[in-house]
Amino acid sequence: MARIEIKRKSLEEATAGVLEVEGALEIRLREDEPREWTFVPDDAELPAEGNVVVSLKRLADVAGDSRYGSVGVRIQAGEDVREIAPHLARIGIVELEFPKFRDGRNYSSAAILRQQLKYTGEIRAIGDVLADQLFYMIRVGIDCLALHPSVKEETARRALDRFAFVYQQSSDDRRPVWTLRNG
Amino acid sequence: MPQVMTAYDVPTGDVVYWRGDGWTRDVREAVAFDDATLAEAASTRDAVAQKVMDHYPIDVELKDGKPWPTRYREVVRASGPSVRLDLGKQAEL
Amino acid sequence: MYQYDNFDQAILDARVEEFRDQVGRRLSGELTEEQFRPLRLMNGVYLQLHAYMLRIAIPYGTLNTKQVRMLGHVARTYDKGYGHFTTRQNIQFNWIRLQDTPDIIRDLSTVGLHSIQTSGNCIRNTTADQFAGATAEEVTDPRVWAEVLRQWSTFHPEYSFLPRKFKVAITAADNDRAAVQWHDVGIVIHKNEAGELGFRVLAGGGMGRTPIIGKVVREWLPQQHFLSYLEALMRVYNRYGRRDNIYKARIKILVHELGIEKFREEVEAEWQEVLKTFQDIDPREVERIAANFAPPPFETLADTDAGFDAALTADAEFAKWVKQNVSAHKAPGYAIATLSLKPIGGIPGDASADQLDAVADLADQFSFGEVRVTHEQNLVLPHVKKADLFVLWQELVKQELATSNAGLLSDIIACPGLDYCTLANARAIPVAQDIAKRFADIERQRDVGELKIKISGCINACGHHHAGHIGILGVDKRGEENFQITLGGSGAEDASLGKIIGPGFDYDGVINAVETIVETYRSIRNEGERFLDTYRRVSVQPFKDAVYGSN
Repeated sequence: MARIEIKRKSLEEATAGVLEVEGALEIRLREDEPREWTFVPDDAELPAEGNVVVSLKRLADVAGDSRYGSVGVRIQAGEDVREIAPHLARIGIVELEFPKFRDGRNYSSAAILRQQLKYTGEIRAIGDVLADQLFYMIRVGIDCLALHPSVKEETARRALDRFAFVYQQSSDDRRPVWTLRNG
Repeated sequence: MPQVMTAYDVPTGDVVYWRGDGWTRDVREAVAFDDATLAEAASTRDAVAQKVMDHYPIDVELKDGKPWPTRYREVVRASGPSVRLDLGKQAEL
Repeated sequence: MYQYDNFDQAILDARVEEFRDQVGRRLSGELTEEQFRPLRLMNGVYLQLHAYMLRIAIPYGTLNTKQVRMLGHVARTYDKGYGHFTTRQNIQFNWIRLQDTPDIIRDLSTVGLHSIQTSGNCIRNTTADQFAGATAEEVTDPRVWAEVLRQWSTFHPEYSFLPRKFKVAITAADNDRAAVQWHDVGIVIHKNEAGELGFRVLAGGGMGRTPIIGKVVREWLPQQHFLSYLEALMRVYNRYGRRDNIYKARIKILVHELGIEKFREEVEAEWQEVLKTFQDIDPREVERIAANFAPPPFETLADTDAGFDAALTADAEFAKWVKQNVSAHKAPGYAIATLSLKPIGGIPGDASADQLDAVADLADQFSFGEVRVTHEQNLVLPHVKKADLFVLWQELVKQELATSNAGLLSDIIACPGLDYCTLANARAIPVAQDIAKRFADIERQRDVGELKIKISGCINACGHHHAGHIGILGVDKRGEENFQITLGGSGAEDASLGKIIGPGFDYDGVINAVETIVETYRSIRNEGERFLDTYRRVSVQPFKDAVYGSN
């Protein structure tokens, strides 16, 4: 069975992609140019045009509005990411919220987006993201991460380069060691 | 009831008590107080500096003028396991 | 047994460096305790009453002798000369300094040991039948699949931040020594009518403050779908398990609230999705792992041995030990020996560095270099020639590892309790010690027969009191220790939940009550009837009457 191909830069390039943004590190593992996105809360009025990110609740309305070329959606922990399926062609970014370190629901959201919905656009982790989560988040398919301001660049670089081998299949193109062992 | 401030030392995990000028492993050397404000401030300062963690005040009684915990849990922390009297503070101090 | 290859070692070495990095950041102040806590927990480092505690994984309870000696080295070099074997076949050290942990982890890694996922909200170390590979009861060696699980679950990117901890146990024998029905997921390997091996998958078992016995999610899962099915089950739990209340976050609550039928439907639906893209484990990898668990080179022996028989006749103490602590082996002329870590009055599960070294030497000499850890906190030498049992026993006596009490009432499971644990409300170890001393006469214990006493020092139930024939739960009652007694629990294939018999007892009272319960059993049992079976026949009333009397 074919693995899902996800565009992912090699580790060296990924490391080079560590850049300083407003004091906090942002890591992006995509080849396309980053776009400016504006999150519009549910109680705020939508702008006439531009790249907007809205809640799952508001997605259907915005996705059906031709004023917006491409739209983004923010998935809170606990929301069902499969609900965006009908609008997938219109979606340019999915923001996954990680309210705290221990809330792992959106790891599954990323996996479902990549593995089942075959979404290839940007997935961005927002919230409480520390260097020690990078390995996990990148593997499930998150390709843009805004890190907690306390994270040092060297720490993030070390975390990205840490594991040469993995034990299981996920959303990235890394092969579990058992496939390497058995050719 | 008088109290003393206890915490854990970050690098070693040892149980420590506020002595007024620093931390001691021996509860009998701790400063007993009726008002936790000073000890609380010192603890917070040292917690921010990541020297100690998880500090909280415990009730003590004075035995020969020296503090000793009243709750059994704190007696165990100040002494060591009741099932291994050869180990911990009860054997070392 | 499983030997790490270069891939396993590379992953472990990377983990050693990662943890050194994390500890370094903590000690330099780059990480706060709040940020560090989940990281240290994912590596088995707790903060207990006296110091940090380090829990080391013993995958499926199997150790080689290099590993046993390494545990002795850690006990001697970094701790106070002993370790404590736990109910999850792990070992923990109680006096660890954080600054030493990177070196300890590095030392352990040189023999393929680690503390990965021995704590935290992730898939924990998989436990298995301690007699795996030695008992004739099993349909296959369950450790093969436990090792598949170990690898798949190690640093699983999607399932390392679960609602709560997740414990899996696996057995391939009808006689359940792994307590599979009490686990988040229990796996029973069995054969279908065609003679093929497959899995019965149970989910939603667990103890704690809401004890629930696991239910069958799938009666038959073909081998080739092992990981894809678990991948689906875990995804359902990760997405829908409760995160609003830590006490309701285990999978047992999800299964209970959804109902087993609905839970099963969810898992099956997710599985159909997973199957579209997930590459299940290659049979060649299963074969590779199975080759690691190939039986040791047993000699072709007669099942009886004249010297062994003579020793049984000549030495009554040896005969008692054999009757109680030696079990049948699948290979003729061999036996399985249980080494009791429950000397009368001792601390259940504790072993000194010297004892660990001695066990390693004895395993090299008599058991093909293999040692097992049981969830009942004992050790096992799985492959001993009957002809060697007498010499082995004499050596064990010297090491105080030959108490003839496996399965008897002094073979007590006890959590560390208030002597070590920050969560405990009451002492557990001294209760175990005093019960054992009250029944110090092994003859009296032998007369009582199989009786499993399990003691927890708080509602979290690490001492498995819910599954004890007699369970004891320590609670805090207005600042005083108080102990509740439950009767009729079982962790075996006939799993059941113990019921509270009535108001709790103070410390002395609980020891007396246990004795009264045991004597009541002796007075009303039928010929050859176990305590548990008597309880099931007569229920709680006779015991209640005896304990509480006319009150």
